[in-house]
Amino acid sequence: MSRDAGSPVTTPPAASAAATVTRPYDPAEERGILVVLPHPDDESFAAGGTLARAAAAGVKTTYLCGTYGDMGRRMGRPAFTNREALRDVRTAELKDACQVLGCDVRFMGLRDKCIEFEDPEAVAAKVREAIEELRPSAVVTFYPGHGVHPDHDALGHATVLAVRGLAAGERPRLLAVAIGERDELLSALGQPHLECDITAFADRKLDALRAHRSQTEAMFAHWDEQGIDGAEDAQSKAFRDEFVTRERYYVLDPDVPTLLEARA
Amino acid sequence: MRPIDRVSVQAELDRRLGQPHYLHLETTTGSYTKLGPEKKSPVIAFVRNALLTYERGTVTGDGPYRVGLKLDQGWVYADGLTDFEVNERDELLLAGLDCEGQLTMALQLSPNPFREGEGDR
Ligand SMILES: [Zn+2]
Repeated sequence: MSRDAGSPVTTPPAASAAATVTRPYDPAEERGILVVLPHPDDESFAAGGTLARAAAAGVKTTYLCGTYGDMGRRMGRPAFTNREALRDVRTAELKDACQVLGCDVRFMGLRDKCIEFEDPEAVAAKVREAIEELRPSAVVTFYPGHGVHPDHDALGHATVLAVRGLAAGERPRLLAVAIGERDELLSALGQPHLECDITAFADRKLDALRAHRSQTEAMFAHWDEQGIDGAEDAQSKAFRDEFVTRERYYVLDPDVPTLLEARA
Repeated sequence: MRPIDRVSVQAELDRRLGQPHYLHLETTTGSYTKLGPEKKSPVIAFVRNALLTYERGTVTGDGPYRVGLKLDQGWVYADGLTDFEVNERDELLLAGLDCEGQLTMALQLSPNPFREGEGDR
C-alpha cells in the first residue's frame, strides 16, 4: 500500500503560502469558472452559492462532473430508487440543480469510487481539454488530501496536474475546497485565502441541494426535525449558519507537489 | 424496491439456476464515516460484473435475509438483505436498506453485464 488517500496528513500543505488574512472573493470578477468535482451534488455543497452569485453577474459557469454518483449509498428517505437506477436519477437531479445555479453541466464518465485507481495523468488530460476549450479564469476543485472522500482527493489531484500542464499564461487560478472540521483545517492549512459571501444566494444553494433529492432528503429532514424540537447542538448550528453565508477557498500553486504526491 | 418475500425471491433464484449470470456484490458504510462523531474508518467492497453460474441458490432467515449461491468452485454469501426488485432488464436486485433508506448491502444477478461506462442509455 504505497498510497493511502485516507491516512492522516503530516506533510506540508500545497497551498501557495498560508494566508494570514482571508480576502473577500467576488466571482463576478472571473472571466469564467470551471468546477471539477467527482459527484452530482458536490457542486452544490462545495460551491453552490459561488456558482449562483457568478451566474447572477453574467459569468459563464460550467460543472465538469467526474462520475454519475452511481455507487452512492443514499437512495432517498425512504428509498425511492435502487443501485441500478441511481445513475439516471442522479444525472437528472444534477441537471435540475445546475439549472437552479445557472450552470452548464458535462460528465467525465468515470466510475464512482474508482477515480484514484485511474492513471492521474489520463484523468488530468481530460480536465485539461475542458480548460483549453472553455478558458475559465478560475477552476474550483477539492483540496487534494483534504477531500475526505478518495474520489474528491483523486480528482482534486488530477485537476492540479491539469493546470500544471498548461503554459504559465494559460493557467486559470486554482481554488480548492477543503472538507473537515474547521479547527483541524485551520491547523493543517492555515486560513483560507478567499471567502465568498453567499448570503444573498443562500436560497439558490438550498434549492439546488433540494434538487439532489435522493442525496439530500435525509439531511433536510434532520434539519427540519432539529428545528422543531430544538435538539440541535452548537456545532451543527454553526455549520448550518456558515453553510448558507460563506464559501471558502484555498488558492493552490499548481507547481507545488500535492499532498498525494508528497505521500507517494 | 419492495420488502423481500422469500417465496418470490426463491423462485427468482431457481429460475436463474445453471445459467451464466453477472454478479454485483457490495457492502458499504459510506465514505464519510470519518466525519461522524466516532471517526470510524469506512468499510466498503464491491465486485461488479463477475460472471458466474450457480448450482444451488437459497434465501434464508426471517428478515433481514441471507442469500447463498453455491458455485462450481466456491460460494457467494450476503447477509442483511431487506428489499428486492426484478427490473425491466431482468436483473434481480437484492438490497439491504437501513432505516434512513441507505443501502448497506447489495447482491444482484443479471443475464447481461450491469451498466458501465459513459453516455445515456
Ligand atoms: Zn462527493
